[in-house]
Amino acid sequence: MMKQRSLIRFGFSALALAALALASPAGAADKIDPVADAKAFKKFFYDKFPKLKPEDFVNGPYSMDEGLHKQWVEKEQFPPYEFAVEEGKEMFAKPFKNGKTYADCFPNQGIGIRQNYPLFDDKQGKVITLELALNQCREANGEAPYSYVRGEMASLTAYMAFTSRGKPMDIKIPDDPRALAAYEQGKEYFYTRRGQLNFSCATCHVQSPGERVRTEVLAPALGIMNAMPIYRSEWNSMGTTSRRLVTCNSQTRGVPLTPQDDEYRNVEYYLSYVANGLPISGPGARP
Amino acid sequence: MKIKLALIAAVLTAGSAFAASEADYKAAYAAAEAANAEAGKLRNQWIPTATALAAAKKAGDAGDFDKAIAEAKEAEALAKASIYQSISEKKLWKDLEIR
Ligand code: HEC
Repeated sequence: MMKQRSLIRFGFSALALAALALASPAGAADKIDPVADAKAFKKFFYDKFPKLKPEDFVNGPYSMDEGLHKQWVEKEQFPPYEFAVEEGKEMFAKPFKNGKTYADCFPNQGIGIRQNYPLFDDKQGKVITLELALNQCREANGEAPYSYVRGEMASLTAYMAFTSRGKPMDIKIPDDPRALAAYEQGKEYFYTRRGQLNFSCATCHVQSPGERVRTEVLAPALGIMNAMPIYRSEWNSMGTTSRRLVTCNSQTRGVPLTPQDDEYRNVEYYLSYVANGLPISGPGARP
Repeated sequence: MKIKLALIAAVLTAGSAFAASEADYKAAYAAAEAANAEAGKLRNQWIPTATALAAAKKAGDAGDFDKAIAEAKEAEALAKASIYQSISEKKLWKDLEIR
């Protein structure tokens, strides 16, 4: 055990040293250019998977091979997330103790707006995800916040995603240095290697989509937020974006952050922005 | 006889120099914890660091200071590797970026 651990450590340091030696001097003065980023991001995936149409990417692992795609079509006939959509719909309509509802907290009464999240809130000066907005709504109305990883939060976001199905992702980055900084931090988080395995999000979701990690097929990073929240057979329940990110971090043998920490909200902002134009497909079902 | 006594004395002093003490364990553990806290500030703690720290504490509580020190040193080395990783990634992440 000990030996294996030190070997892994050695492997990591050797790798890191080699990478350091190869590293080109990073262009410190690089301009933050989300429009160019999104264009390059899409081109990378369209070139890598020339058979897929843009809208195919939003079904995670199911976009990656035909056998899986068939499974997906079958699953969609009796979708395992249906109970969550129903539950979310009821919860959404039920008034808080003060008589108000979620609808009072959102534009268009919260219907068909999921594609606009996360958004940058200039009053709070930070990125607000749909999950955070829901809990802020609860707290503003005197209710206790929900857990970010399952249960009620998954049902509420499932319902809201369902009302946005097919609408193109539409994330705005206002002309505000704080918004640009949040976007850039999200991007940095996405590409930064971490954990004992020395993996970044990109190692799995850019370099290896379609490949297997244990029994799972890796989703491509393009459109990876469009299907959230998801029902996973392995979880035997629904999971939110927060739950997925915590799970992904643990898989690199890194200690996950706390749901809705800055890094997690910012990486969601980045990944959603570069998927602008691709349809919302959530809630999703996964093997 | 004299030689024998000297030998015994030598063995005894060598023993006290090599057998791990509780104080050594506490120092090794504190160093590992400090390094892991530093990794936490960099938002990059590793799960095996926590595992080794827990194993060190368990062995320390049981009085097995040799094992406790070995685990604490392992934890410290892992924490230092995670710190090194975070610092080098401040530049390296850009190499992975899709442009
Ligand atoms: C060790 C490889 C690995 C790393 C690193 C990793 N993930 Fe994942 N991720 C997975 C696996 C496995 C799944 C489940 C199969 C799938 O959907 O890709 C998954 C699923 C996801 C999903 C759900 C996709 C869907 O449609 O079901 C999202 C979103 C996601 N990851 C985001 C991230 C982000 C953001 C990071 C970096 C913080 C990250 N992942 C890092 C392995 C990884």
